[in-house]
Amino acid sequence: MGAPLPVPLPPTPPLIELRGISRIYGQGEAEVRALDGVDLTIHAGEFVAIMGPSGSGKSTAMNIIGCLDRPTSGHYLFNGVEVAGLNRDQLALLRRHYLGFVFQGFNLLARTTALENVELPMIYKGLPRSERQTRARAALAKVGLQGREHHDPSQLSGGQQQRVAIARALAGEPMVILADEPTGNLDTTRSHEIMELLVALNRDEGMTIVMVTHEEDMASFARRLVVFVDGRVARDEPVRERV
Amino acid sequence: MLWETIRLAVQAITRNVLRSFLTVLGVVIGVAAVIAMVTVGQGSSAQVSADVASLGTNMLILRPGKQMMGPGQRDQAPAFRLADTEALKTLAVVGSVAPVSSSSQTAVYGNANIATSITGTNSSYLTVSNWVVLRGRAFSEVEERSGAAVCIIGETVRQELFGNTDPTGEMIRIKAMSCQVIGLLQAKGASSFGQDQDDVVMMPIRALQRRLTGNQDVATISVALAKSVSTERGIREIQTLLRERRRIGPHEEDDFSVTDLKEIASMLTSVNTVLTGLLSSVAAVSLLVGGIGIMNIMLVSVTERTREIGIRLAVGAEAGQVMTQFLVEAVVLSILGGVIGIALGLSLAYFASRMMVIPFSPDPLVVVMAFGFSALVGVIFGYFPARRAARLDPIEALRYQ
Ligand SMILES: Nc1ncnc2c1ncn2[C@@H]1O[C@H](COP(=O)(O)OP(=O)(O)OP(=O)(O)O)[C@@H](O)[C@H]1O
Ligand SMILES: [Mg+2]
Repeated sequence: MGAPLPVPLPPTPPLIELRGISRIYGQGEAEVRALDGVDLTIHAGEFVAIMGPSGSGKSTAMNIIGCLDRPTSGHYLFNGVEVAGLNRDQLALLRRHYLGFVFQGFNLLARTTALENVELPMIYKGLPRSERQTRARAALAKVGLQGREHHDPSQLSGGQQQRVAIARALAGEPMVILADEPTGNLDTTRSHEIMELLVALNRDEGMTIVMVTHEEDMASFARRLVVFVDGRVARDEPVRERV
Repeated sequence: MLWETIRLAVQAITRNVLRSFLTVLGVVIGVAAVIAMVTVGQGSSAQVSADVASLGTNMLILRPGKQMMGPGQRDQAPAFRLADTEALKTLAVVGSVAPVSSSSQTAVYGNANIATSITGTNSSYLTVSNWVVLRGRAFSEVEERSGAAVCIIGETVRQELFGNTDPTGEMIRIKAMSCQVIGLLQAKGASSFGQDQDDVVMMPIRALQRRLTGNQDVATISVALAKSVSTERGIREIQTLLRERRRIGPHEEDDFSVTDLKEIASMLTSVNTVLTGLLSSVAAVSLLVGGIGIMNIMLVSVTERTREIGIRLAVGAEAGQVMTQFLVEAVVLSILGGVIGIALGLSLAYFASRMMVIPFSPDPLVVVMAFGFSALVGVIFGYFPARRAARLDPIEALRYQ
């Protein structure tokens, strides 16, 4: 639609760009190369599934993409900005405003209700209480936890805790959702519901989603599959349309 | 955002009630113990100073028996007689002399009675031991010489027998003796040893000897030295006189003792200083125990709190916000504990002072210092682990074991 632009716009930088990222734990004998020269580019609006054997560096990569950890070497550009050049508080702001993280180990606040856990990121976003609560309730309802708002983690099953963690990442409507095995503790029906939710967010809201999974079935909801082996990207290919 | 931070802190406090309670308890114990002990210690010091001031100056007490006899070690030295008092009066170094004997008796007035101590003496005694006749009068010389049946009563005896009415002119009965109340003493309160000094009836010593004790003995003699006479010289002359009168050979020891009240006063003061020091060290230990309690609670919860900090950082909290939250939390808990501790410490000190009949005079400096110390411990151990954790990379804080 409309007349073609007189000059071509400069190309928008990719949202996430990893260039030669390495992450080495420990030193000398005990050295572990969790990531060994990873190159990965993800554009806004993509839905990427990451697979790979246990210990292949998937979580390590997610932590670096989520600005929770720093690479030992290499460059990470978020929306064209070199992340290594940002200070701690700038990283905090980046996480606060653009990223939603679902941890492999949930990481919910103990002795804190599901509702308050989901509200937490929005507190730091500075949303007023009433709006936080409305959004948190809606997010909990989306993951099928209505009626469990006032339970704290110790009163919830593993799968329910995982869904609280998903609701927490969704509720703030971040630009990117980074989900580390978000369906690891869920049955197939629940897993499919969560996947449908992510697909809808990706399709309708244009949210960028990066998800680690062990199941082909879950990966098939994504549109691109990246396979890690021994801290390197072994395969990177589009996902065949689900039938 | 500050309001939000305070809300977060309060939420964190109410979320872990046990941890918060134990922290507060540590502060409460520390603050309350210090305030109670130091206040009581200072009150008793004040009491001792007042007592020392109320003892006559330049006053000596003479007793039969050797010096430094412990209880039950009394030897069989002859008692003093009134003739000894008369002889002492002739010495130039002596200002006034008061013989004192006493007897435990029941004083009766109408239906009321009180078991009290009857002191036989003369009116000089009132002067040398700082008694003030509030109403009525002291003994006249004639009454003293004749041993008239007249008495002066202390406030406690008056309360028991007469209530608040004027006792002067009334007759009270002691054993078979009927005795007219001619004066009322101004209340002195309890002594340093907790003894009620106002529980007393005084009468001329001759009346006591004749009607109550039935002997000529004078138990002790109080001597006030003349002005500008040194205590050493006074004691020396009194000793010389008494040795002569009691026929003590040149190589024999005294069979009587001369006690300088100032010595007792200084002993009392030093005992009290030791006591106050003791109380203060107990208080310091409580403060330390309270502090260690707080420390423990805070350190035990470091793992959990470090993970909490990791979570907060991961969802977008700035390190400063997290530290402010923890600081506010520590301050709120410390203030809460401090306020409870101050209230508890002051009430304890108040009741203890009432029971020990000493002045209740809390020292604001001590209150502030006790509070300051506990609050400092609370804040340091609440805040510094948090600060350390908030400086970690979020992933390290999350992995903290
Ligand atoms: N904090 C750490 N210290 C030392 N080594 C670590 C640490 N975290 C991870 N590793 C090592 O790095 C490698 C990659 O770990 P990572 O957690 O990224 O694997 P993963 O692909 O997520 O595995 P899984 O599928 O089991 O979650 C592993 O060999 C692991 O032992
Ligand atoms: Mg993993």
